[in-house]
Amino acid sequence: MATVPALHLHHVTVRRGEVEILTDVDLDLPPGRFLAILGPNGSGKSTLVKVALGLVAPDRGHAAIFGVDAGDAPERIGYVPQLKTFDRTFPATALELVVSGLRRRWPARVPPRERERAVAALADVGAEHLARRSLSRLSGGELQRAFLARALVRRPDLVVLDEPATGVDFLAEHDLSRLLERYQEETGATIVMVTHDLAAARHHASDVLVLNRVVHGFGPPEEALARDCLERAYGHVGHDHGPVIG
Amino acid sequence: MIAELATMLDFGFMQRALAAGAAIALMAGLLGVFVVQRGLAFLGDGLAHASFGGIALGALLAYGFGNAGLLAQPLWVALPFTLVAAIAIAWVRDRTELASDTAIGVAFAVSVALGVLFLSRIPPDRAVVDVWHLMFGSILAVGPDELRIILITAGLVSATLLLLWSRLAYATFDPELATTDGIRVRLLDYGLFGLAAVAVVVSAQVVGVVLMAAYLVIPAAAARLLTRSLARTTVVSVAIGTVTTVAGLVASYAIDVPSGSAIILLQAGLFLIATLLRPR
Ligand SMILES: Nc1ncnc2c1ncn2[C@@H]1O[C@H](COP(=O)(O)OP(=O)(O)OP(=O)(O)O)[C@@H](O)[C@H]1O
Ligand SMILES: [Mg+2]
Repeated sequence: MATVPALHLHHVTVRRGEVEILTDVDLDLPPGRFLAILGPNGSGKSTLVKVALGLVAPDRGHAAIFGVDAGDAPERIGYVPQLKTFDRTFPATALELVVSGLRRRWPARVPPRERERAVAALADVGAEHLARRSLSRLSGGELQRAFLARALVRRPDLVVLDEPATGVDFLAEHDLSRLLERYQEETGATIVMVTHDLAAARHHASDVLVLNRVVHGFGPPEEALARDCLERAYGHVGHDHGPVIG
Repeated sequence: MIAELATMLDFGFMQRALAAGAAIALMAGLLGVFVVQRGLAFLGDGLAHASFGGIALGALLAYGFGNAGLLAQPLWVALPFTLVAAIAIAWVRDRTELASDTAIGVAFAVSVALGVLFLSRIPPDRAVVDVWHLMFGSILAVGPDELRIILITAGLVSATLLLLWSRLAYATFDPELATTDGIRVRLLDYGLFGLAAVAVVVSAQVVGVVLMAAYLVIPAAAARLLTRSLARTTVVSVAIGTVTTVAGLVASYAIDVPSGSAIILLQAGLFLIATLLRPR
């Protein structure tokens, strides 16, 4: 029996008005892999992720997660969005946010068993002390950790992270990738991570997708991160001493 | 004083007023939490004025076709009319980038314009709708039939809100995250607007357009200031609504002030205290 891909994109095209922001993206990611998605700003990375989550309906093509239509298997996915769009005036604690990840509903009360699991998930990302803090008062990095705990607490088969290292300083991207690798070893989960960090992609990912509206490279890091793929995606490649930030 | 309050409860109209007031406070308190948290404070006013248009249409139809059957109660025309207005507001929000209050403002104005137009078609001596009554209601004049409608409606609306609470709360917190977790956010939006329409029409007949808008906003806003989780906001909102209703009715009986004014002023007083007490 052929394994069902964790992520399957079939000729996905997304249009916004006159412009295409994704054109004919084709992709199959087997389960258990660690995919890094790279590309300049505005290249369609977040849009691609949203197609996979069922948040954006493609104008053409089709997306599936573990063989199920995008959006139909929310319990198997843990998602960390790039932009935190939540209502900042909403009365909520970090703990409630994490419990919402566990239940997929907003909690009215948190029974001890759920509280324990949520606190453990916060502890895993070094944010146990934030549990009772109000979300509206967390710093950018603290918020990012709370969202990470929210995504992992349900023990998802697929973790989708859109630039999870943004604003996280002391939990450096390296530590974050290590945390994800550890989670992956424990659970055999698949990881899809949008990032601007070439070094992290090189060291931690099993597969890399280089995107700029179309797929410019997809495969093992050494192949997809070859100079010509990056040049096509970014238009140029920066000096050798740092990650390319588009 | 105690004896006086006890005799108050002997009056059927007072029992009905208390029952109707408590039912409306429960329903509006639950609804208000979402109305306030979603920045829709204007919605109650807008829908109440839409229901004015509906009641006027009901009155015109009753005049045109004779006061028979369902038409004898303008409610049965006002309800669908207001529901259409609510769905139209939700639809405009959904389809455009316009802020909610813009859509509400348009529906508000159109409904009032239609209402005035409908009423102008009825000869003054045949008028069946008392506009003063409509604006301020008369909770002390709730009859047994009206009470039954209020209890049933408030019961259904409240039960639906409690059932959907954790979804509505999630969708209020972050519509996009809620969508990724399989919540039908758009359907909930329409549902919330529809429930608000039902609540406003049914209660506005009793407590009046002005008071109903207050019920949807003030208890929830005060509760929001005093609490740090949406569940507690909900409980406190219902409690404030209920307590002020009972106290307002008692006050209106004891010192002879209009019950609607007494209730609103008590709510506003609590809101002021909440603003001052707000934990920083
Ligand atoms: N709803 C929308 N309407 C119109 N244009 C959109 C919309 N969403 C995204 N875009 C455009 O599509 C393009 C891709 O956006 P997307 O957010 O996917 O980029 P990205 O690769 O995630 O960028 P970044 O690195 O800055 O996060 C951008 O040019 C953006 O302006
Ligand atoms: Mg992005």
